[in-house]
Amino acid sequence: MTDWRYKLAEHRGTLVALAVFLILFIIYGSNHPAGFTANVVNTAANKGVLLALVAMAQTLVVITAGIDLSVGMIFVLTNCLASAIVVGSPLTTALGVLGVLAAGILCGAINGLIVIFGRLQPIVTTIATGAVYFGIALWLRPQPAGNDAFNSGLADAFTGKLPGGVPASLIALLAVVLIIWVPFRRSAVGRDAYAVGSAEVAAYMSGVSIRRAKFVAYTLAGLLASIGGLFLTFITYSGEASLASGGNYTLFSIASVVLGGVSLFGGVGSAVGAIFGAFIFRTVGDLLFVFNLDPLYQPLFQGVVLFVAVCLGSVRLFQVRNRLDLFG
Amino acid sequence: MSSEHATEPSSRIPSLLRRVDPAVATAFGIIIVLLLVGSLYSSNFLSPEYLLQQLKVASFLGVIATGMFIVILLGQIDLSVPWVVATGGMMSAAATAYGHAGEALAIPFGLACGVALGFVNGIGIAYLRIPSMIITLATNAVAQGLMVVHTGGFSPQDSASSAMRFIATGETLFGLPNALIVWALVGGGAVFLLSRTVFGRYVYAIGNRERAAYLSGVGTQRVVMFAFALSGGLSAFGGILLAGYASKAAQAMGDAYLLPSIAAVVLGGTSILGGRGSYLGTVAGVILITLLQSILSVMQMPEAGRQIIYGVVIAAMLLLYGREKLQR
Repeated sequence: MTDWRYKLAEHRGTLVALAVFLILFIIYGSNHPAGFTANVVNTAANKGVLLALVAMAQTLVVITAGIDLSVGMIFVLTNCLASAIVVGSPLTTALGVLGVLAAGILCGAINGLIVIFGRLQPIVTTIATGAVYFGIALWLRPQPAGNDAFNSGLADAFTGKLPGGVPASLIALLAVVLIIWVPFRRSAVGRDAYAVGSAEVAAYMSGVSIRRAKFVAYTLAGLLASIGGLFLTFITYSGEASLASGGNYTLFSIASVVLGGVSLFGGVGSAVGAIFGAFIFRTVGDLLFVFNLDPLYQPLFQGVVLFVAVCLGSVRLFQVRNRLDLFG
Repeated sequence: MSSEHATEPSSRIPSLLRRVDPAVATAFGIIIVLLLVGSLYSSNFLSPEYLLQQLKVASFLGVIATGMFIVILLGQIDLSVPWVVATGGMMSAAATAYGHAGEALAIPFGLACGVALGFVNGIGIAYLRIPSMIITLATNAVAQGLMVVHTGGFSPQDSASSAMRFIATGETLFGLPNALIVWALVGGGAVFLLSRTVFGRYVYAIGNRERAAYLSGVGTQRVVMFAFALSGGLSAFGGILLAGYASKAAQAMGDAYLLPSIAAVVLGGTSILGGRGSYLGTVAGVILITLLQSILSVMQMPEAGRQIIYGVVIAAMLLLYGREKLQR
């Protein structure tokens, strides 16, 4: 097999997600009552980028064969924090942004430390820490509220349009991919994370530092979730500690990761795929509006699409030659 | 982790003590500590009325956690609890509107809806080999969509039938709440099923290694499918009880039961990887979580503090006895 075939096989999930997203988005855009304008694209981009950031966070943990049920809560917590401290002059705003990102890193690091040194399963660990993070969010913002001194200039710069009608949020997302994901993927730690997710025992035997790989994955996941929380604050100007919103973002992030071709068993997939997965999920949700259907049917439609999508994944069963391979 | 794995148990330890799972013993110990702490705060905590009231509230979580326990024993997880609970409650309330027959069939109809959703989960997991975390998420989304359409489109009856109110709030012999009797029956049935039937042995076998169980001639796919149907039915039954308790069914009624039901099972010493655990532990976990929630609310702790303490206690208890073996 030649080199490009390996590359194609590695990125197949991402490419399929990209293709599905493009088809859906063209259907969406061409049927939108307002037409395929820059404003329509910008609104869709802002919503998509929010979920894409949380889905990227989930991807990092899922690659190590873990799962992070607290990403939605970190997202909510950093949203509440950002609404309180990203205020005032450029200097205080910059400090506030750094504080928000540091909070996300801290949350992710705590998850990682408990999973690594506490040796608890990721799923139960993040259920527990998620409750704590949500509690802190609720303590910061008992009621949804904003800060009068909130730096709305910065917020608008990130959620508006650049000259030429390109949504600024997409450029910001691209920057996040280039600054966080690409270096991670190409570094030794990133490679270790994939090795840990594929076969932890084999990775251990090969001298991979399992602890370092997991710690970096969980910590970066916290950072990405906090960028998402910051971005939500840029859109809403306020912070809201909503249990439903945190839970939904966690569940949607898992759905996006799956749609983006990342295997929940670990070791396969890319954060770029998860981004397109998130865009697919958002576009599906919006598709109903452009066809003038009753909004009542939106959750059902979204659910059925998700259901069909996950069932399509089982076509691989036709490739199974030995029935024993069904049982992992 | 559990006593079964202890090598060469010392003959000086009495056999009874040796058979007690340290996790279950710790959970019951913490329940006693919680009661003592509560009684320092208010003397009502040790009164029979308060304890019975707590057991009554615990029985709703107990019924739901029973289904989760069986699924976790298989090494799977059921994330469709929130909307299967809501479906059970809402469908049985809706059936009540159709005359005497509807009133009589309300509870069976709600149960049947839950079992049907459980079968969808089970078929997806057992035959289509979709990871349980994904397919139950998708089923949850579909159930949510169906219930939203059902509520918005048909404006159904949402008040519970008298039979539902009776099993959830009534009292029969010796002033025991009916809900508690229902939980005892469900629990007794589960214990019988798991320890005295072939099905139960198969559940433990599959949880340890599905491949080995399959090679031993167990129809593992059918067992997994029926286990999920059972879990769906029990979630719906929990919803029916809740609807009877509140005397009406609401859309978000199941949201608060997903994480506590997982936490209750895991706190009771059941391995989240499957194959190990006792129902007694789950009972302890359910009572522990209910008591913890009750004590925090009696102390008039704000919701924020409640969430934080709740998360910290779960994490701390798991660190105490839920750790995995070091991989070497």
